[in-house]
This record gives sequence, structure tokens and C-alpha cells, in this order.
Amino acid sequence: MTAPTTSQANRRTLRRLLLIAAPMFGFGFAVAPLYSVICSLTGLNGRTSDRPVAVAEVQGEVDKTRTVTVEFVANVNESAPWEFAPKVVRMEVHPGQFYRTSFIAQNLTGAPLVGQAVPSVTPGPAAPHFQKIECFCFSRQAFKPHESKDMPVVFRLDPSTPADISTVTLSYTFFKVEDKGS
Amino acid sequence: MLANLLARMRYPALGLGLLWSLSAAADLKLNMPEGVTTISHQIYDLHMTILWICVAIGVGVFGTMFYSIYYHRKSKGAVPAHFHESTTVEIVWTVVPMLILIFMAVPATRTLINLEDVSKPDLTIKVTGYQWKWSYDYLDEGISFFSTLSTPAEQINNLAPKDKDYLLEVDNPLVVPVGKKIRILTTAADVIHSWWVPSLGWKRDAIPGFINESWALIEKPGVYRGQCAELCGKDHGYMPIVVVAKTQEEYRQWVESKKAAKTASLGSDNPGPAMTNAPGQPAPVTAAQ
Amino acid sequence: MSTATHVHVEHHDAPPRGIWRWLSATNHKDIGTLYLVFSLIMFLIGGCMALIIRAELFQPGLQFVTPQFFNQMTTMHALVMVFGAVMPAFTGLANWLIPMMIGAPDMALPRMNNWSFWILPFAFTLLLSTLFMQGGGPAGGWTLYPPLVLQTGNAFPFVILSVHMMGISSIMGAINVIATILNMRAPGMTLMKMPLFVWTWLITAYLLIAVMPVLAGGVTMLLTDKFFGTSFFNAAGGGDPVMFQHIFWFFGHPEVYIMILPAFGVISMIIPTFARKPLFGYSSMVYATASIAFLSFIVWGHHMFTVGMPLAGELFFMYATMIIAVPTGVKVFNWVSTMWKGSMTFETPMLFAIAFVILFTIGGFSGLMLAIAPADFQYQDTYFVVAHFHYVLVTGAVFSLMAAAYYWLPKWTGHMYDEKLGKIHFWLSVIGVNILFFPQHFLGLAGMPRRIPDYALQFAEFNALSSIGAYIYGFSQLLFVYIVIKTIRSGEKATDQVWEGARGLEWTLSSPPPYHSFTTAPEVH
Repeated sequence: MTAPTTSQANRRTLRRLLLIAAPMFGFGFAVAPLYSVICSLTGLNGRTSDRPVAVAEVQGEVDKTRTVTVEFVANVNESAPWEFAPKVVRMEVHPGQFYRTSFIAQNLTGAPLVGQAVPSVTPGPAAPHFQKIECFCFSRQAFKPHESKDMPVVFRLDPSTPADISTVTLSYTFFKVEDKGS
Repeated sequence: MLANLLARMRYPALGLGLLWSLSAAADLKLNMPEGVTTISHQIYDLHMTILWICVAIGVGVFGTMFYSIYYHRKSKGAVPAHFHESTTVEIVWTVVPMLILIFMAVPATRTLINLEDVSKPDLTIKVTGYQWKWSYDYLDEGISFFSTLSTPAEQINNLAPKDKDYLLEVDNPLVVPVGKKIRILTTAADVIHSWWVPSLGWKRDAIPGFINESWALIEKPGVYRGQCAELCGKDHGYMPIVVVAKTQEEYRQWVESKKAAKTASLGSDNPGPAMTNAPGQPAPVTAAQ
Repeated sequence: MSTATHVHVEHHDAPPRGIWRWLSATNHKDIGTLYLVFSLIMFLIGGCMALIIRAELFQPGLQFVTPQFFNQMTTMHALVMVFGAVMPAFTGLANWLIPMMIGAPDMALPRMNNWSFWILPFAFTLLLSTLFMQGGGPAGGWTLYPPLVLQTGNAFPFVILSVHMMGISSIMGAINVIATILNMRAPGMTLMKMPLFVWTWLITAYLLIAVMPVLAGGVTMLLTDKFFGTSFFNAAGGGDPVMFQHIFWFFGHPEVYIMILPAFGVISMIIPTFARKPLFGYSSMVYATASIAFLSFIVWGHHMFTVGMPLAGELFFMYATMIIAVPTGVKVFNWVSTMWKGSMTFETPMLFAIAFVILFTIGGFSGLMLAIAPADFQYQDTYFVVAHFHYVLVTGAVFSLMAAAYYWLPKWTGHMYDEKLGKIHFWLSVIGVNILFFPQHFLGLAGMPRRIPDYALQFAEFNALSSIGAYIYGFSQLLFVYIVIKTIRSGEKATDQVWEGARGLEWTLSSPPPYHSFTTAPEVH
């Protein structure tokens, strides 16, 4: 080996290795959108879509032969001064059919509040098949002091919901939205 | 017993006979509890199977090694051999462990599938983790309450003698019926917690904003204790779980008394969590369109 | 030989004197020494934290510290030991040994080598200083899980910055190792002739470059979540705290192998020397190391079986994790076969190496048990896990470092260490460490969660025993410090070959070796 070659080679190796390190740093951030995509396809984290499904888009016939139990659960994050509960605890639904239910929330404080409900479905694999055409979780909810609201959800289980799923739990957690926004 | 024997076999030189006498004296728990649910027995059996396979492999490998250490030492005049590779033995000790792993994977897969089969529950209870307490909501009964550590601070600070159930006692235990498939939903209100009762066979993380589910079918009445298993801040060690499994008859009585108490105290200060669920009514199914 | 190195040789033939020698060090041996001394100091600091933890856990009830401080100790102990003790120690070994083993004069990028070391003292000063800040140090565990970690007080940005600095240091160190190995080997030193320590470090260095930036990305997201209103891990804003766990363990599992692969390398050097027989299955060892490294990227989910993954995910991670047992088993079988029909002697490095094989294998067995997802629902986050990873990291990585220190210390210093004291150190360590960690298996199985400052009465006996073991093990490390200092200062003159069975280029150099290892490249056949 001649003298310049080694140090040139070293610098070349340095550059190449930095070309591995830099994208890996980016990969850390790329995980965020990647994770969302994987979750929306597989229901990995049980998160349902945060966008309404257009009625025209839905596919599949109503399957009257099959009944799935849908349970509703309400949670309040500790920082959030709401009372929050589903109007009904469970429904028996046929996949493909639209249903309406609602959740009742009350601002327990004497000040105006803004909240955001975050949906979560278990079992996870049911999440991609849980379609909502209307939901209070699609936007922030503003509450006047002590205001009580009846907030509707219109949903449907896609007929393609895996056959081994017999109970689906839809849970909402109410978070207080801070003024600074995000 | 078993684990003791095991320890002694693994450590002939290390005098873990000490452990033996210790455990005999104090009746120490060395092993995973067999548990009281259908799934916990399967998990226990799986645990023991894998443990014994590991012990057998360990005895084989370490036995060979100690034989070699004893006989192939320079002070005994051993002359080093020269062999240093053999494709055949490399293939053998790649394939054989592979087969052992497959043998392990079969019962593991079966148990895992059972464990994840949450379908057709008889009742559903939601568990919410808080810093640093639990709350329980019986979805169908409309019962909900907090469950906090009841060990007095004097005991923790060594100012009073400690109870038998030191740090594993709560004010309001979770009461459940035996012989019913109980579905347990877990979530949290602040940070991640993990709900774990060893006798039920599993733990499940409680994650703020997300809901998880698991199930248990308890076979015999009793009091089963557990703890939060995911670090959740300062008092992570002080949020125990107590499950009281009652016969179905006693459970019904407990539910009625809880409901009666709730009706009585309605309007006054409700000790329950803020997010009470409306009592279960027959679900009116309305089509949206 | 490179011009860079030649210039370097001319300017620094004799090291400058005093502190400047160390501050401006570009010589691989000086930097190696700095790394090793630094890691020993960190090992003692992290050890003190462990002793505080074990003192509090000696009896049920709160005796010495508050729960908050206890959590700071567990968090800091892990960060200091992982990033401050074990990783720099292996980098120190790499600096000292790789040029000598492959017949090079020095590391490839000496100035970068200086930076990569000198970042570390600043990173750890920053990290340790958080203990004195308002609200104390980080207390959310070294895994930094949100949302809990976001409750950290003033320490939070300092912790993140120090993690970034450690990451940059490791990446630069890794780049240096790779450049040295790829470009600076002596003629005839083909890849498949390299000593196994060099091989394992080459693979480790690639792991470092691949995963340290991912951790950096993850902790940066924590920082922006806390201070700039993003919601990567905040459910309220559409994020998911579990995503952090995925990112963390995508880094974290390879990180585990970053700490153990060089240990495999060390053991693969020591056992043949004292068995007086070449390593059995050299090429299968290389392939096994590479497959372990590859598998480490696809098993991260086994750290999070309890977060509620779909069944398919759990099955995938369970099977992938179980498969790791195969290449790991191959390594153990190869070590035992190397001993088989050898002509063994049992000097201190060999004792530590044998203890490594046994105790690391026990850690491997508990690892296999933890891989079984349904059983992991019981084991997860208990002392069983604590016992497992301490068997792998203390009796694994740390024991290999002790073995390495005894093995190469005569080469480095030119003096033999005190064999008698070395053996006393070994026996105290091996007995202490087993009294310390073996009962923790029982504690975990019986139901004791990890990271708790106080516990139920049924756990009292084993905790007391474990604490006694901790103090035996902890204080016997002071003996090690004494032995090292004594060896540096005095001792019987070591021969060049040091050990009768030693093979390899580093043993052809004088003891201590010249300031620049191979100014003319040796021929390797």
C-alpha cells in the first residue's frame, strides 16, 4: 500500500459510514409516519382513522347473519376536568349496518374548556374495520362553563371485519387541550 | 424445591446449599405461582417445561466442560490436540437446537393463542391506572371505585410493625366471581402502568389514550395480590392490586350491596372516579340512515 | 504506510509530558488508556449507585432514601453502566488492541479518536450534574418511556443532550474502528485471518452506526414533545407513547449485542490461549456473530410483549427471539470444544473466561425463557428480568472485561499482575455476584416487580441475601483497582509473549509495546 492511499481510504470510509449514520438518524423520525401507516393497515395500536368515512365510499352488504358486540368505554385523562360517559354500554351490531350512539360529557369547571377525545379500539385488528362517518373525536370540542353535551358517533363495522372478532370495544379518552395549541 | 434442586445442580461449587436451608426454614417462594386461572396453569406448565429443557442442556454443556476442565489440564499432563473445526458437528449443533426450539414453540404458540382469545366474556371490568392508584369500573353494573394502598405510612417508615400483607393491601379490592370469563380492559389516565396479579397468569400495560384487553377465568375463591409492574413515578411501588374472587352467589350479593350503597349516596359526595358509566340499559339500536 | 501516520510518527515519537499528553492524545494506546480509566471510574460511580439501591432493598420499609431518589438511582445506575462503563471499556480495548492485532501503527483517524473520547467526560459530567438540579436527576428509568419521562424536572434537556453526546462519541469511535479494520490491516491479514476480537468489534461497530442515530432521533422527538408542542408520543395530539418503545427497542436490542459481541471476541481470544489449542470453529464463530447481529434488528418487540400487540406480532417476535438461541448456542459449544482435549491452565483471565461461559449461558437460558411470549407475561418487568440482564451484562460483559484486563495488562504495562491477588479477586467476584443475582430469579418468579424501593415481606429473605452479595461483589472490585495500580507501578517483568499459549500479532511486540505499534507492517501468512 502506498502512503496516500490509506489516508484517502480512511476518509472515504469515514464519508461512507456517515452516509449510513445520517439516514439512520432520519429513520428515527421516519418511524413516526411509518408507524401510522402500519397501524392504520393492521390496527397495531388500535387507533381508528381520524377522518370520517364518506357514506358513498363504504363497501359491502349488511351481514344480517352475523352479530358483533360493540362496547363503549369512556375515560378522562387526569388533567381533564370532565365527566364523560357513554349513553349505552353496549350494542349488538350487524357488520355493514350504520348505527348511532352518543357520549355525554360535562365540563365540571366554571371556566370554558376545550377537549379532544382520542379513540382506541380493542382488539387492534378490528380498528381498520371500524368506520365512523360522524364523531366528536374528529375535532376539538369547546365547552362553556358547566356545559353538558351529548356528542354523537355514527359508525359501522365493515363486513370485512375478521370473523374471529366477536366483541369490539371502542374507548374514548378525553384530553384537555392546552391554550398554546399544537 | 424444584428450583432449589436446580440451583444446586447448576452450582455445585457455589454452596447454594445455603439457599436450601434458608428456604426450608422460611418456606420461601422460589418459583412462579401456579395460579388460579385456566390460563395460568398453562403458563406455569410452559414455564416448567422450558426450565427443565434449559436445565438438561445446562447439565450436558457444563458437565462436558467440567469434565474437560478436570481431565484436560496441563497439571495432569494433558497434551493439546490439534483439531479446530468440523463442519459436521457445527451442522449438528445448529440443527439439534433448532429442533428443540420447535418443540418449545408448539406449546408456547398454543398457550399464546388461548391467552389472546378474549371472545365471549361473561363480564367486563375496566381497570384504569393513575399515579398512584387503580380504579375499577364494572361496565354492566355501573359500579366504579378507586383502589388505593391501605398500608399505613408508619409501617413504611418503620415506626410500626409491618402487617402480613405489608404493601399488598388496599382499601377497596377488586371483587370478581369465580367460574366466569372476566374480560379486563386496561387503560391509564396519566403515564403507563401495568396491571399484574401473578395468580392470574399475566400482566397487561395500561397506556393513556389506548385500551388493552385480557381475560381471566378464576377457578377458586380467594384473595390474590399483585402490583403495578411498569415504572410510573415516585410511588410506583405503592399501588398494589388485590383481587377477591367470590363464589357467584356471594359476588351477586356484593354487587347488590354496592349498588344499594351507590343509590343511597347519590347526590352526596360520590367517592367514585369522575368518569362513571351510565348503568347498562338494553341497547337501543338505531340505524343512522 | 500512510502519510498521515508517518507525519504523526515524526511529531509524536515520544509522548508529550503531563496533562497535555492526555488532552491532545491521538495515539491509540493513550486513548485506549483514557477510555479504560474513564470506564473504570464510571464503573465505580455506577457501582456506588447500585450499592445505594441494594442498601435500601436490604430490608422492607424505607430506610435510607426517598422513592424519588431511589428511582433516580436505578435510572442513573443503568445509564452510567451502559453508556459510561461497559461501552467505553470495550472501545478502550478496541483502541488498544485492534491496531496491534491487525499489524497497524495506529487507529485510522487519530484526531477524531481524540474527540470521540473527550466528549465522554463532558457528557457524563452533564448527566451526573442533574442529580444536583431542582427536581433531581432523571427518574423514569433508562428506557426513558414517555409520558413518564416528560415529568422529569429541570434535568430533562440535560439528560437528552448527554445522551446525544454519548451517541456521537460512540458513532465516531465505531467509524474509527471500521476504518482501521478495513484499511489498515497488515499485508496478508485477510478478513478471515483476523482475530475474533477484531471480527466481533467490526460487526459491533456497524451495529453502533446503525442504531445510535435511531436513539438520537427518538430522544430528539421526546425533546420536541416536551418543549416545542409536537405530539409524537402524546395520544392527545394523535401520537402514541408505545411508538417510543418501538423506537427505543429498535435501538435497545442491538445495543444489548453491542455490549456482548466484543465480550464474545475477548473470550474467543482467551480460551484458546489457556487451552493451548486453536479456537474451535473459527469461521462458524464469525458467521454466528454476524447472524446474532442481524437477528438483533428484528426482535425488539420481545421487550414489549405486554403493551398489547396483535397475536401475529407476538408470534413473530417470539419465534425470531428464540432463533437467537441457535447462533449463541453455537458459540458456547465452540468454546467448550476449544477446551476439550486441550492442555488447560487456570490463570485469572481463564478463570474469568470460564465463569463467563457458565454464567453467560445461564443468562442465555433465562433469555430463552423470556422469549416465550406467554410466560413473558409473567416475567416481564420483574426481578427475573433484572437477574437475566445482570447475568448477561455483569457476569457476561463485565466479566469478559475483567478477563481482558488481566489477560492484556502484562502486555500493556510490561509487568505481570499479582496472580494470587487476581485469583482472590476472581473468587470474591464470582461468589459475590452469584449471591447478588441468583436469588433475584426467585424474587421475580415469586412476583416482585422491578424498580420498587420497598417490597412485601415475602421477598425479604432473598433481598437481604442479594444485598449481602452486592456488597461482597462491590467491595471486591476495589481489590481490582488496587491490582491494576500495583501492576502499572511494579511487578515482575512480563515477557513479550506473556502467556505460553498466546498467539497473534500483539504478542510479537515488546511488553510494553512501542508507542507506535507496527511502524513497518508485519507479514501475515
